[in-house]
Amino acid sequence: MATIKVHGNALSTAAQRVMACLHEKGLPFELVLVDMRAGEHKREPFLSLNPFGQVPAFEDGDLKLFESRAVTQYIAHAYADKGNQLICLDPKKMATVSVWMEVESHHFDSAAAMLTWELAIKPLIGMATEATVVEENKVKLAKVLDVYEARLAQSKYIGGDNFTLADLHHLPSVQYLMTTQVKELFDTRPRVSAWCSEILARPAWLKVCALRGNQ
Amino acid sequence: MALKVYGPVRAACPQRVLACLLEMGVEFELIRVDLDSGEHKQPDFLLRQPFGQVPAIEDGDFRLFESRAIIRYYATKYVERGTNLIGSTLEEKALVDQWLEVEAHNFNDLVYTIVLQLVVFPKMGQRGDLALVRSCEEKLEKVLDVYEERLSKSHYLAADFFSLADLSHLPAIRYLMNEAGMGHLVRNRKNVNSWWMDISSRPAWKKVMKLMD
Repeated sequence: MATIKVHGNALSTAAQRVMACLHEKGLPFELVLVDMRAGEHKREPFLSLNPFGQVPAFEDGDLKLFESRAVTQYIAHAYADKGNQLICLDPKKMATVSVWMEVESHHFDSAAAMLTWELAIKPLIGMATEATVVEENKVKLAKVLDVYEARLAQSKYIGGDNFTLADLHHLPSVQYLMTTQVKELFDTRPRVSAWCSEILARPAWLKVCALRGNQ
Repeated sequence: MALKVYGPVRAACPQRVLACLLEMGVEFELIRVDLDSGEHKQPDFLLRQPFGQVPAIEDGDFRLFESRAIIRYYATKYVERGTNLIGSTLEEKALVDQWLEVEAHNFNDLVYTIVLQLVVFPKMGQRGDLALVRSCEEKLEKVLDVYEERLSKSHYLAADFFSLADLSHLPAIRYLMNEAGMGHLVRNRKNVNSWWMDISSRPAWKKVMKLMD
C-alpha cells in the first residue's frame, strides 16, 4: 500500500500538476478517484481532506495537504535527493524560481485556467463555451506570453537554467490549450513554442497524459 | 542601505513585503512608485517588473518581484534572526505553503475584486459593478467559514505559530474592513475575529500602518 495518495482524477489540471511532480521524482503513489460529476468533492469525507471542496487532496503517511502548488513544493523538498531535481539549493536561484512560480500562479493561471475550462473541459462535459470570456482571456494570456517570450531569451527555462517546478506548474494548462484555438498564441512566439515542446515531451509528463487516456 | 523596496506604501502587495521585513528586523529603503502617474508602466520600471506591478526589490545585484516570492526568500534567508515565519520541519513548512496558496487562490482575488469595484473604480470616476461585489462577498463568506472552522482547531492558519500564511492576509483584510466597509465578515466570526485582532496588533504591522500616514 503506497504511503503517498493523491485524491482526484486524471482530468483535473491541479491533480495532474501533483502527479507530474511525483513522476519526476520517481515516487510511487495511489490515485484515489474522486467522482466530481457526482459532487463527491463537495461532501464528506472529501471535505475533511480539503475543506474548500477542491481536488486534489494529498496524503504522505500522516501528512495531509491540499493546494497543488504547496504539495509540489513539499514533494520537491522532502524528496530532494530522489529522481529529477525540481528546486534549487542556492537560495537566490530558488528565489528566482519562486518568482516565476508566482507568475504562473497569478498571471498565467488566471487566464489559462479560464480558457482551459471554456475551450477544453466544457465541451467534454456537454456545456456551452462563452465566446466573450474566451476573447477576454486570450488577450490577457497573449500579454503574459509576451513577457515569457522576453524571459526565455535570457533563461533556458522559465525559472532559470534548469527545469524546475516553475516550468512544471504550467504543464497541465499548456497541454489542454494546445488542443484548442489558443495553440496559435503559443505557436506565434518562437521561444515560448520551443519551451512548450520541450517540457511537454518530458517522460514524467507523458505518464500523466497516458493516465488521461484511460479515463 | 542595501535592500530597496519599490512601491507605494498604500498598496497591498508592497505592504505584504514590508510587514515581513519588519517582522524579520531587516533594514530597507522604501522607494516610492507613483501609480497615479503610471510610473509602474514606464520602461525603466518594466525592467524591474515586466508585468508593471508593485512591489519589486533590489538587494545589491539581486532583484526579485512577486510579493509572496519575496517574503518566502527573506523569511528563509533570515530564519535565524527575528521571528520564524516559515516553520521548522518539512511538514510545518508544507502547511505554511498550503495556507499561503489558499490566501493566493481562494481569498485574494475575491477581496481584490471587491476593493476594485467598491473603492478604486469610483475614485477614478467609474461605476463599480455591485452585482459582482455581491457575488464575491457570497463566495468570501464561504471561504471565511472554512477559516472559522480551521481557527477553531489551530491558533493560526498553518499551525500554532504566526507564519507567512497569516501575514499574507494582513493588507487585504485591512482594505476589506476599512475602505470596503465589510468588517462584518470578520467581526461576525468569533475565531476569525480573534485571529484578526491578534495578527493586526503585531508591532511590525503597526509600523506598516505608521508608514501609511
